Amino acid sequence: MIPLIEFKDLYKLYPMGDTVVHAVDGISMTINEGEFVAIVGQSGSGKSTCMNIIGCLDVPTHGSYYLGGKDVSQMNDNELAEIRNKMIGFVFQQYNLLAKLNVVENVEVSMMYAGMHKAERRARALEVLERVGLSDKLKNLPKQLSGGQQQRVSIARALAGKPKLLLCDEPTGALDSKTGKEVLELLKEIHSEGNTVLLITHDNAIAAKADRIIRLEDGKVIYDGPAKSAPKMISVEDGGDA
Amino acid sequence: MSLRQSFLMAIKNIMSSKVRSLLTMLGIIIGVAAVIVIVGLGNGMETYMTDSFKSMGTNLLTVSIRGRGSSRSVSDEDMYQLVLDNPQYFDGVSPTVSYSGTVKIGTESLSSSVSGVSEDYIYMKDYKIAQGRDLSYMDMENRSKVCIVGNYIASEYFVGSPVGKEIKIGGNTFSIVGVMEEEADSTEGSTDDCVYIPYTTAARLSYTGSISSYTFAVKSEDTVTESKNIIEDELYDIFGSDSAYSVISLSEILDVMSQMIDILVAVLAGIAAISLVVGGIGIMNIMLVSVTERTREIGIRKALGAKQKHIMRQFVIEAATTSALGGVLGIAVGYGLSSVATSVIVSALEVDMKVSPSIGSVILACGISVAIGIIFGYLPAKKAAKLNPIDALRYE
Repeated sequence: MIPLIEFKDLYKLYPMGDTVVHAVDGISMTINEGEFVAIVGQSGSGKSTCMNIIGCLDVPTHGSYYLGGKDVSQMNDNELAEIRNKMIGFVFQQYNLLAKLNVVENVEVSMMYAGMHKAERRARALEVLERVGLSDKLKNLPKQLSGGQQQRVSIARALAGKPKLLLCDEPTGALDSKTGKEVLELLKEIHSEGNTVLLITHDNAIAAKADRIIRLEDGKVIYDGPAKSAPKMISVEDGGDA
Repeated sequence: MSLRQSFLMAIKNIMSSKVRSLLTMLGIIIGVAAVIVIVGLGNGMETYMTDSFKSMGTNLLTVSIRGRGSSRSVSDEDMYQLVLDNPQYFDGVSPTVSYSGTVKIGTESLSSSVSGVSEDYIYMKDYKIAQGRDLSYMDMENRSKVCIVGNYIASEYFVGSPVGKEIKIGGNTFSIVGVMEEEADSTEGSTDDCVYIPYTTAARLSYTGSISSYTFAVKSEDTVTESKNIIEDELYDIFGSDSAYSVISLSEILDVMSQMIDILVAVLAGIAAISLVVGGIGIMNIMLVSVTERTREIGIRKALGAKQKHIMRQFVIEAATTSALGGVLGIAVGYGLSSVATSVIVSALEVDMKVSPSIGSVILACGISVAIGIIFGYLPAKKAAKLNPIDALRYE
């Protein structure tokens, strides 16, 4: 089986004054379809850079990145846009909903760029909004919703285009712990329905909800394995991080 | 994403900040309105002039003889012969002798103009006789003291028909044989305030006794220039110098004046068009600000799969829609100002001139405003399309 995500000796370098920062320093890893993985690390560990590359928002300096068997590391801006549109559903910490559009319209945006017809788009949007339990808020603007509701809209938006990968960047970071838990439960359910979910977080408690943890430090993978055996080795240093 | 969706999105964005959009459009509105009003004024001026020249007769050539040395004038026979020799060009000729005697009816003095003309003159001028008869060939031969009067004199100074009544011109008693139909508005000093007498009579009563002016009627306005040349050749043969006479054609003057108005309008419209460019720069300015303000939106859209062309299209269409909307408002304002200008001109100058914007100028102004939107929207749109999605998403 072809892995969904495959990093082959991947580097991302940034020039910073006289020195070069290795944000991603030779990472190799694979993630298969249907997995629920958390990439965890403190700020500066390279997890954001990793996320940008996985999300096809950025390309590596060298090394290869195969997404669904396709090498995306050499693609240009427009090709990346198309890959993002078809393969990836983003869930951001700050929800990133478009303020002037209502809930349904927000969910429809990516399908609009995919060139889907209006009726088809609307039907799919209603379907995913039903799935996240927001069928009664269709015409509301984002600012009229609570944080948890907004995040659920953004999850619906991410699911709308039937992407291969749900990429969640600190999805609970802006929520209180109770709503955060609910959103995580929702993500777990979505995973159990057969979706691949990738969680980017600095919070070990949240990472522990995933099946597999990849822990980064200084741009390198320092742990990659089941979530159950992970907490022991990282709980000590991570105490004050949240 | 279809053009229609981009367009609807643009409308939504414009409507969501009405004051700013209106201010953005202001330059375009002013520019378009100015172009429309100026072109309308030009059209009005031209129509007004053409009409007033036409009423004086664009098929007429006026010949003035100044004379040279001993030969002070040409004989009227020569001029009649010229018309007979060139029937394909000329319809007729009338000597015109202006006579400066005072006109008196009873004890009242009038300021009416008195001209001595031939029996063809009324026909050549396309005037009509309402009552009585025209001047006749016999009146010329006999140097009769008869006259026809304009409608102003007939209606102001006579009760009932003035035909057969008497009028005094320069101390001589003339009898009125005909009344002309109303030509202008029957006011003092207008075409209707006039007296025509036989030119032979006028020539005898005037001090010089000579005829210094002729009016030729040409067959067609298209051959005015050729007809003018024939007369000039003949007069040159008589005087041997081209400074002894002048031949003026109203239609030629009209052409020159129309041309001058056209140039004037073009220059003024060009100046107004500069404000369109300034308006375009205003749009570019606001669009650049808008791109910065909406950096995050652009980042989100790009993350969701918008390609450069999608972002590009969104902003170009927004700019074009803004300026097109400005154009439409400008047309409305332009038409409004035109009708205001018309009533101001009519009431203040008492000139019956209509400021009439042309459809051509409206289409042009509209086209230019859309083009300006696209041209000046391009740069901000390019900037938006080129934004790096990571930076854009991080933008606060």
